[in-house]
Amino acid sequence: MTRPAVATTAVASPKAPARTLEAEDLRTHFFTRRGIVKAVDGVSLQVASGEMLGLVGESGCGKTITGFSIIGLVDPPGRVVSGAVRFKGEDLVGASAERMRALRGDRIAMIFQDPMMTLNPVLRVDTQMVEAVQAHRAVGRGAALELAREALVQVGMPAPERRLKAYPHELSGGMRQRIAIAIAFLNKPDLIVADEPTTALDVTIQAQILHEVQGLCRKTGTAMIWITHDLAVVAALADRIAVMYAGRIVETGRTEDVIERPLHPYTRGLIGSVPSRNRRGAPLTQIPGLPPSLVDPPIGCAFRPRCGRASALCREEPEERAVGGGRRLRCFHPLLEAAP
Amino acid sequence: MTALIEARGLTKRFVKRPDFAGRIAGRLGADIREETVHAVDGVDLSIAKGEVVGLVGESGCGKSTLGRMIAGLMEPTEGEVLFKGRGRARLSGAEARAARLAVQMIFQDPYASLNPRARVETIVGEAPRVHGLVPRAKLASYSDDLLARVGLSPDVKRRYPHQFSGGQRSRIGIARALAVQPEVLVCDEAIAALDVSIQAQILNLFIELRASLNLTYLFISHDLGVVEHISDRVVIMYLGRVVEMAPTTQLFAGPNHPYAQALLAEVPRLDARKRTFEPIKGEIPSPLDPPPGCHFHPRCPHVMPRCRAEAPRLKTIAPGRLSACHLNDA
Repeated sequence: MTRPAVATTAVASPKAPARTLEAEDLRTHFFTRRGIVKAVDGVSLQVASGEMLGLVGESGCGKTITGFSIIGLVDPPGRVVSGAVRFKGEDLVGASAERMRALRGDRIAMIFQDPMMTLNPVLRVDTQMVEAVQAHRAVGRGAALELAREALVQVGMPAPERRLKAYPHELSGGMRQRIAIAIAFLNKPDLIVADEPTTALDVTIQAQILHEVQGLCRKTGTAMIWITHDLAVVAALADRIAVMYAGRIVETGRTEDVIERPLHPYTRGLIGSVPSRNRRGAPLTQIPGLPPSLVDPPIGCAFRPRCGRASALCREEPEERAVGGGRRLRCFHPLLEAAP
Repeated sequence: MTALIEARGLTKRFVKRPDFAGRIAGRLGADIREETVHAVDGVDLSIAKGEVVGLVGESGCGKSTLGRMIAGLMEPTEGEVLFKGRGRARLSGAEARAARLAVQMIFQDPYASLNPRARVETIVGEAPRVHGLVPRAKLASYSDDLLARVGLSPDVKRRYPHQFSGGQRSRIGIARALAVQPEVLVCDEAIAALDVSIQAQILNLFIELRASLNLTYLFISHDLGVVEHISDRVVIMYLGRVVEMAPTTQLFAGPNHPYAQALLAEVPRLDARKRTFEPIKGEIPSPLDPPPGCHFHPRCPHVMPRCRAEAPRLKTIAPGRLSACHLNDA
């Protein structure tokens, strides 16, 4: 360990800063032969310490690339072209690769949809977990192993000693994801970006993992961005929801406000598309058409071609505006104005 | 009421024989045996004309294998499938063919289930042409009608599957199944791979087709919300066995089997906000080595000594409602 250890425990002030992460007008574009794909096109979001933000959208809306942009994992031909990502006041967009490497896995962690993105198939679990600790802290192998064991207990892993000696292929999908989550929490990070971590899992296993992650975040005060296509998962989990469409956040607000009183027609369409108890057998209120191509998105509001409320005004691009109650919206014709 | 399609004691076992090296090692005294997976273990299920039956369970519970056997894509190890009261395996000639065509399958992956090198008109028109259901001269207009019926413009019929989105490919898969005028559709996770807004479109299409063509569905899904929405009756499977079978509203109002209770409690729902999850413990056991007695007993909060020894039988607990749990005897 030649690199100076990043201060972890020394600066743990009792009053956490208001915002762990703040992204401002973030734009990540992919320069392909077929044109510029504006995967993320002006995303602003904030997460506070101990808060869970649900980032919801359909495939191709840019939610994963938003997550990757925050932790600096965008590969060419993609590039963050403008905007800022401030992590506890420090701008990450301009940060050096070395600085990012020091932060990632320590202060900022990521959980991927497929735990095999995190795990190395040819190394035992203990090797990988000890490595993750020792990369960021000058501790001995024995101490690192003890931390790894504790982390596994925290995520509800039965028989942690045995799992530590196992190779990833010897474990079920649910257990692998648990280990990936344990690794993310290993260095008690300030921020975790979770990209659909339970989508590939069965319902009972998903519930177990949601339960454990929820508890850990509350306990450790970790800020979390939970990226998903499943509104029902974030409805049960998140404090706030941000709905993404075609590279932009179209609506943000407290979970109960967004689910109970959606303002953006797309949000309402998404909610209407989820089968719910009181409308059994009745047709779902579907959104017509398809999500747009990000190479050539519609002019103005990207949702315009699928929207029942669109007017000539929507050929202009709606600005994101605050509408009261901590909600933000990108629409000229919201369903109803939020209560103050 | 006679069932349109009925499974009787349907069982499927997959046996993995040791490979050459394994056999030699076995000769030399190593403990290597055949591995048997009881994918489906004696399932009885009857579906009436016009009914939608939802088949739910977690991965590895045998729901897809059961669906494939009912669709005729897989031969059962034991048991039989009856179509209109007659054993399908014993039919022959034109009758057998008609019984096979009457049950069609919609697959999960709208990418893998369409021939990438065939045009849409071929994909949709091939089966009715081969089976002589439509005169050659009328084939083109027949496939046009089918495409229109599933919400695709006939203008796209010269295109290849890769030129379509996931939702459109699902529609092509549905048109292909409808082309042979089936009575039963077995939908195996038919909308699982689609985005939420597209799922709603396809689900609406299924509901509309059911009404207009008087179709019967076996709707296999892990998504309880979807199953609740579309089904008249729900069957819940766990490790190859049916644990509960009930009319949808009754089941969701109060599941009987402890596994059904756990499964229903753990589905994230829009109307259950900011809840604290209270999950059931443990993982799904391996179907290679299922627990003795009731397969659910290692995870069950109400486990009794009897559950470890004796497998509970599926018994009627109310009209139209069956559950396999020893608690119902108490």
